[in-house]
Amino acid sequence: MSRIPAAGNRRKFLRSIGALAGASALGLPAHAQKARLEKEALKFGFIKLTDMVPLAIAYEKKFFEDEGLFVTLEAQANWKVLLDRVIDGQLDGAHMLAGQPLGATIGVGTKSPVVTAFSMDLNGNGITVSNEVWREMQKHLPMAGGRPVHPIKADVLKKVVDKFKAEGRQFKMGMVFTLSTHNYELRYWLAAGGIHPGFYTAADSNGQSGADVLISVTPPPQMPATLESGTIHGYCVGEPWNQQAVAKGIGVPVITDYQIWKNNPEKVFGVNRAWADKYPNTHVAVVKALIRAGKWLDASMANRVEAVKIISRPNYVGASEEVIGNSMTGTYEFEKGDKRPMPDFNVFFRHYATYPYYSDAIWYLTQMRRWGQIPEGKPDAWYLDVAKQVYLPDVYLKAARALVAEGKAAAADFPMKSDGYRGVQDGFIDGLKFDARKPNDYLKQFRIGLQGGEAA
Amino acid sequence: MRAAVLSLGVPMAAIALFLVIWAASAARVQTSLGTVPGPVQVFVQAKALLEDHLLERSKQAEFYQRQAERNAKLLAEDARAEVRIHRWTGKATFLDQIFTSLKTVFTGFLIASLVAVPLGILCGLSKVIQAALNPLIQVFRPVSPLAWLPIVTLIVSALYVTTGDALFQKSFLVSAITVTLCSLWPTLINTAVGVTSVDRDLLNVSRVLQLPWTTKVRRIVVPSALPYIFTGMRLSLGVGWMVLIAAEMLAQNPGLGKFVWDEFQNGSQESLSRIMVAVLAIGLIGFLLDRMMLGLQQLVTRQ
Repeated sequence: MSRIPAAGNRRKFLRSIGALAGASALGLPAHAQKARLEKEALKFGFIKLTDMVPLAIAYEKKFFEDEGLFVTLEAQANWKVLLDRVIDGQLDGAHMLAGQPLGATIGVGTKSPVVTAFSMDLNGNGITVSNEVWREMQKHLPMAGGRPVHPIKADVLKKVVDKFKAEGRQFKMGMVFTLSTHNYELRYWLAAGGIHPGFYTAADSNGQSGADVLISVTPPPQMPATLESGTIHGYCVGEPWNQQAVAKGIGVPVITDYQIWKNNPEKVFGVNRAWADKYPNTHVAVVKALIRAGKWLDASMANRVEAVKIISRPNYVGASEEVIGNSMTGTYEFEKGDKRPMPDFNVFFRHYATYPYYSDAIWYLTQMRRWGQIPEGKPDAWYLDVAKQVYLPDVYLKAARALVAEGKAAAADFPMKSDGYRGVQDGFIDGLKFDARKPNDYLKQFRIGLQGGEAA
Repeated sequence: MRAAVLSLGVPMAAIALFLVIWAASAARVQTSLGTVPGPVQVFVQAKALLEDHLLERSKQAEFYQRQAERNAKLLAEDARAEVRIHRWTGKATFLDQIFTSLKTVFTGFLIASLVAVPLGILCGLSKVIQAALNPLIQVFRPVSPLAWLPIVTLIVSALYVTTGDALFQKSFLVSAITVTLCSLWPTLINTAVGVTSVDRDLLNVSRVLQLPWTTKVRRIVVPSALPYIFTGMRLSLGVGWMVLIAAEMLAQNPGLGKFVWDEFQNGSQESLSRIMVAVLAIGLIGFLLDRMMLGLQQLVTRQ
C-alpha cells in the first residue's frame, strides 16, 4: 500500500525534472516562475491620492494574488508616518514620494536606507491658489478666446506676491512634504517666475531663508480645508485635491506639473533596503503585479473609468467619483467650467513610466542641492552613485522578463537595454535642458538656487 | 400610567423633537462638502455601511475559496509543497471597526483596572503609600491622551520590535496603552477612597481576631469598598471610551477613530453623513458600556 504513493511521487519528481530541463532548453527563466516567495502576507501603505491607483488595481484585479501574494492596503495619516512605518517594519512597502527613498538614504530628514524598483506614474500634480489670489492674478493674465492663456507663469503671481509685501502681509503656500515632488515643482515654478522660494539651512529646516513666499507642509487631504481657512494662499498637491478645490469653489488650479516639466517622474514604490535584501523573490513578485496594474491602467479609457470607480471607495481615495474622474480621464478642470484636454496628466505605463531611471533620481538630487537640503557641493559621480544605491532597475527587469516569459507583457513594453538615463530632458517651463550626466552643469543654469560649492 | 409616560413617553417625545430640530437646521448650514446631513441622509449612510459590510463578507468568503483552490493545486503539483492559509486582506468594514474599538478599549481598561485596584487598596490602607503616590496621581491625572500618545508611540516602537505577523499591531498597543494611562485615575482614586472609608469597627474586629493581612483585605476591605471600586471602574471605562477615539485617530488603529479621520480626509459628499453615523454609534456604545457597568455594579453590591 505504501509503495504506491512513493512510486507516484517519483513519477511526479521525474516529470518535474523533465519540465525543468524543457524550460531551460527554451531559455525560459524557470527559476523565476518557481521562485519561492520568502513572504506571502504583506501590508502596503498609501496616501489618499489618485496616483495610489496602481496598488488598488493590483489588489482589485487580483494581480497580487496571481503572484501568490496576500496584500493588505492601508491608508496612512501623512508622508512622515508612512516613511517611519516602512523603516520600522510595520509596513512592507508603500506608495512614496520619489524624494523619500533618496532623502532617507542620504540622510535628509530621517536617515535609513530605502530603495525602489518601481516608479508608479508620471505627472499628476497641480498648483492651486485661493479665490482672492486668483482675482488679483486675473488682472494681469493674458487672455485668448475668453480664457487665460496657458501655461500660466509665476511672473503673474509675482505681482500678487509683491502687492502682499507692500501691504505687509506674508504670502504662504502649502506643499505635502519637504522631500516631495510638489515641493520641488512648486519651487521650480516660483523660481522660474523670479519668486524666491527660500533655502534650507542648518538652522532653518523649514526652507524659508530668504523666501518671498513661505512654503510649509500640510498633509494632502487637508489642503482644501487649510486653504479655505486662510492659513495658506495656495498649494501644490496631487489629485484629487486640486479638483476638490474647484468642486468646492474655494480655489483655482493655475498650472499642472505636466506644464512645468512634461512627463516628470512622480511617485515610486519604496521598500526598506533590509526588506529588499531579505525578500528578493517577493520583491520581484510585487513589481510584477504592479507592472501589470500600470499596463492595465494605460490600456484603455474604459479601464480608467473603472479605476476611478474603484478608488472613489472610502477605503482608497474616497473623494467623489466626478472629482477623481476630472483628472484621471484625460481632462483637467482649471477654473470652474474651464475644462481642458490633458491626455498625459496621469501616465501609469506609457513612456516607460514605471522603469526606475537613474536620471529621475538624479533630477531630484539636483533639486535637493539647489534648495540647500544637500548643504555642500557634490561631484557629478556622487549623484550617480546615490541613484544606483536607491534605484534598482535589476529587480524591475527581472520582473519584466518574467512577465514577458509568461506572455503577460511584450518585450517592447520595457526599455530592456536602457543604461538608466532617459536622455536629455527638455519640456521645462523655463526652457532649460536637463542632462543627468552633468548635474553640476545643470545647476549652473538657474538664476535662483545654489550651485557649485555655494552655501545658503 | 404617569410612570410610563415619564420613562417612555417623554424621552420619545424629546428624541422626536431633537430629530425635527436637527432636520430643520441641518439643511441651512452650508459646508464645503455640501449641506450638513439631516437624519434621513444619516440613516441612508448607516444602511449603506451595513450593506457594505455584507458585501465585504461575501468577498471574504470568495477569497478563502480561491485560496483553498490555490493550495489544493499547489499540493496536487507537489505533495510536499508548503501551503499556508492567509488571513483576509480586504478592508475593515464599519462593524469590524466597532469591534476593533471595543477590543482596544477593553484591553486598555483591563490593564488599567489591574493596576489601579491593587494600587488603590494599598493607598487606602497605608498613609505612607498614599502620601507617596498622591502628588504623582495629581500631576498625571489631568494629562490629555493627545499628550501621552507621542510618548507611548515612541516607547512602544522602541520596545516592541516585531517582524511581520506579530500577535498585536503596534497601533493597537499604542491606543490601548493610551487608554490605560488616561482611564487609570478614576478607579485608583475611588478605590483608595473606598478603602479609607471601610468601617473602623470591622477593621478592629480583624485586629482582635488577628486575621492575616491577605484575609483582611479579601474578607473585609474589598467587599466593603466594592461599590466605590465599581463606581471608579464605571467612570474609567467612560473616560477610556472617549480617549480611545482620539487615540485611534492619531495612532491609526483601525477602529472608529480611524474611521472618522479617514472619512474626514476623504471629503466626499457622503463623508459628513458617515461621520455622523459614527458619532451616533460611538454615543450609543458608550451608553451601553455605562449601563453594563452599572448592571455589574448592582449585581455585585446586592450580594
